[in-house]
Amino acid sequence: MDREDAVMEFQSLYTVWLRDLVRFRRDRTQILGGFSRPMLWLLFLGVGMGPVFHSESGVPYMHFIFPGVIAMNLIFASFLSAISIIWDREFGFLKEILVAPISRSSIAFGKAASGSTIAVLQGLVVVAFAPLVHVPLTFEKILLLIPSMFLIAFTCTSMGIVLASRMTSFEGFGTIANFVIMPMFFLSGGLFPLDKIPVWLKILTHLNPLTYGVDQLRWILSGVHRFPIAFDLFFNLFFSALMLALAVALFKRSPA
Amino acid sequence: MIQVVDLVKRFGALQAIRGISFQVKEGELFGFLGPNGAGKTTTINILCTLLTPTSGRAFVAGHDVVQYPTEVRRSIGIIFQDPSLDERLTALENLKFHAMLYHLPRKKTGERMEMLLDMVGLSERRHDLVKTFSGGMKRRLEIVRGLLHYPKVLFLDEPTLGLDPQTRNHIWNYIKELREKERLTLFLTTHYMEEADPCDRIAIMDEGRIVALDTPAALKQRVGCDTLDDVFVKLIGHEIREENASGKDQLRDLHKKWIGRMR
Repeated sequence: MDREDAVMEFQSLYTVWLRDLVRFRRDRTQILGGFSRPMLWLLFLGVGMGPVFHSESGVPYMHFIFPGVIAMNLIFASFLSAISIIWDREFGFLKEILVAPISRSSIAFGKAASGSTIAVLQGLVVVAFAPLVHVPLTFEKILLLIPSMFLIAFTCTSMGIVLASRMTSFEGFGTIANFVIMPMFFLSGGLFPLDKIPVWLKILTHLNPLTYGVDQLRWILSGVHRFPIAFDLFFNLFFSALMLALAVALFKRSPA
Repeated sequence: MIQVVDLVKRFGALQAIRGISFQVKEGELFGFLGPNGAGKTTTINILCTLLTPTSGRAFVAGHDVVQYPTEVRRSIGIIFQDPSLDERLTALENLKFHAMLYHLPRKKTGERMEMLLDMVGLSERRHDLVKTFSGGMKRRLEIVRGLLHYPKVLFLDEPTLGLDPQTRNHIWNYIKELREKERLTLFLTTHYMEEADPCDRIAIMDEGRIVALDTPAALKQRVGCDTLDDVFVKLIGHEIREENASGKDQLRDLHKKWIGRMR
């Protein structure tokens, strides 16, 4: 691939990305969901569970679930963005993109990028709640949070593309979303500490890529973490690269 | 402009195309007719690189569709059977994103956009969301989009399906106007026999084979009928062909339910 081709591919990728962002800006229900979801978890669960929660590190429950709620908004937004591939297939727009002179890899990469961008915006919505629930924030923390959120979102969006490229019906995706999104969220260490749970549950949480994402977010926000930070970072980078490669490979062979 | 040699497409056990060969000359208006499930859309999908053939070869604008898909895509415009616009974007946004996907220079494209929008009478609605458009308006916008990047070949897969007679008429006038202006090659599939009459040549396809290929006049003469309707019925028979329903409407309902549930 020479330089001119590379520029063209980048422009195509940018087009796919831009379209999704323009659509997101108009999608009031999704923006509303981004606000109501964290409110629900922080206000109801956070306040309700607070008095009965005792962690060894002495962290209050609200502080404990805060990174988990960020991760939840990231994972929801990421998977919803990936779902749009199925909509595009059903409503015909995917064909317009597939017959355009751009590579399938650029389409898949553009989708992963737009889904992640939207998810980071949704993650920032949760971050904006921090003063309200007395989670201390600094400018440096926010600067560290953004790339970490992007990495988590990139993994989840790529996973969503993998699923979406195998699916032609929306119903099937909904089922899998429920069997993927919710378990990933519950088993991420975002809602309860992972040190007192039975071994079988521990194994599942350690296999969950979101666990390392939540751990990294928690380290940034409160300095508390379970795994070495270098390991979290390595795992998140490795897993997002793996998922992107898989997403691109599967999208190439997905039906028109 | 289009050359197809011994093209075969199989989907598992189903033979959608059973070895067809034909050529379309530059500037020709080529009609592709046949009952439902004859293999027309499959053929178009192969020619516009959405599907790869099981065997045989196809060339569009001099490029092999399997080996050089990007070159083929640059030289073709397509009006699909089903709508393929982004309904949540405005008419102009749809066109702009198309221009970006085809890497068209901005200034030159702007002028062409104006000219084409004007031709189909959508200039005033350019800033409206496509979901507020009627079926006919969407079709007209798709025609503008399909022509934006100066394609050499324009594929029209049942472009007037489900439209009222006035809109059908209009769409035909645009197509004729463009043929004269831009020396466009047109590849058309249709169910309406009267639309096939102005074609330079017609191929009639049935069960994956081309059963007749000639000018409309020659076909009428050969079969001994006055109208293409009669030619069609004589060559294909009266039997109604069944096509598998895609369940698309059902899915659209499901989307609506799910959007509410997921968010």
